[in-house]
Amino acid sequence: MHTVVLAAAAFLACAVEMVEALTIVLAVGVTRGWRSVRLGVLAALATLALVVAVLGPALTVLPLNTLRVVVGFLLLALGLQWVRKAILRTAGYIPLHDEQKIFDREVADASAATSVAHGHFDWYAFTLSFKGVFLEGLEVAFIVVTFGAAHDDFSLMIGAATAALVVVVAIGALVHRPLSRVPENSMKFGVGIMLTTFGTFWGSEGVGVSWPGADAAILVLLVLYTSVAFALVRWLQRRGSDRLDTIGQAT
Amino acid sequence: MSHVRGFGRFWWDFVVGDDWRLAAGGLVALAAAGLVANTSIPAWWVAPSIVIVTLVASLGHATPVDRRDPHG
Repeated sequence: MHTVVLAAAAFLACAVEMVEALTIVLAVGVTRGWRSVRLGVLAALATLALVVAVLGPALTVLPLNTLRVVVGFLLLALGLQWVRKAILRTAGYIPLHDEQKIFDREVADASAATSVAHGHFDWYAFTLSFKGVFLEGLEVAFIVVTFGAAHDDFSLMIGAATAALVVVVAIGALVHRPLSRVPENSMKFGVGIMLTTFGTFWGSEGVGVSWPGADAAILVLLVLYTSVAFALVRWLQRRGSDRLDTIGQAT
Repeated sequence: MSHVRGFGRFWWDFVVGDDWRLAAGGLVALAAAGLVANTSIPAWWVAPSIVIVTLVASLGHATPVDRRDPHG
């Protein structure tokens, strides 16, 4: 069960970040041509693989409890950021992530940039696609490395991330449009809660806490954090509408 | 030098992000859990409680009541 939740978190995190990277890659490719874009994507994926290959074994050198504290803290910090943003988006305090809007903006930027003669290498397209894939992929690489190190199973996490990459790239190649129908906010919400859960579980274990029920505590934490997150969404929505009612009565 | 600054900036954004309270809360949660774990009191509840309080505090700080997106 523990392993299934971990693999699901790695899959979802990779899928959601790759949807965002795909939007940038498609916008640049459609506008400036695919040759330099393809090279940029391959270079970024190779760099990410290198990050995983170097950081993964480096982390496993740490004593187990130190590793759990470090990994637990980093997952908590990252997970809480994702949950916070997802709650704010769901409650209507910040706009939802809109892939179509981002795609249109990227197309406009890429069209406005200086074009290159046919057959020449397009550094603008290469850099933009490299940056898009590398930056979006770094968080995934980090999740794969930390989950792999803490769970002592890199192959499963790499497999889950690769499966998500293949699915997103295949859909992107078929539709040639940004994947605006993917429920990104819900996916980020779920992954954020999973990261926070594992961060709490491993970090606490690392500082000497014994969990009642051992691994079963992960599910309890998952349910607890999910319930709290939804309660917070409702609280913020009510707070917002109370405020609007007050303004309405005053005017 | 700019590479070093860029690397530092990346880690700062990665760990601290939009609100430093979240990273600080995570740190305090684990430190407090470690302190309680060294006593005879069960410590499993400490980190989740502090994590939840941290999230509530961060959201409360991010959402003064007039900040809601009217189109959201």
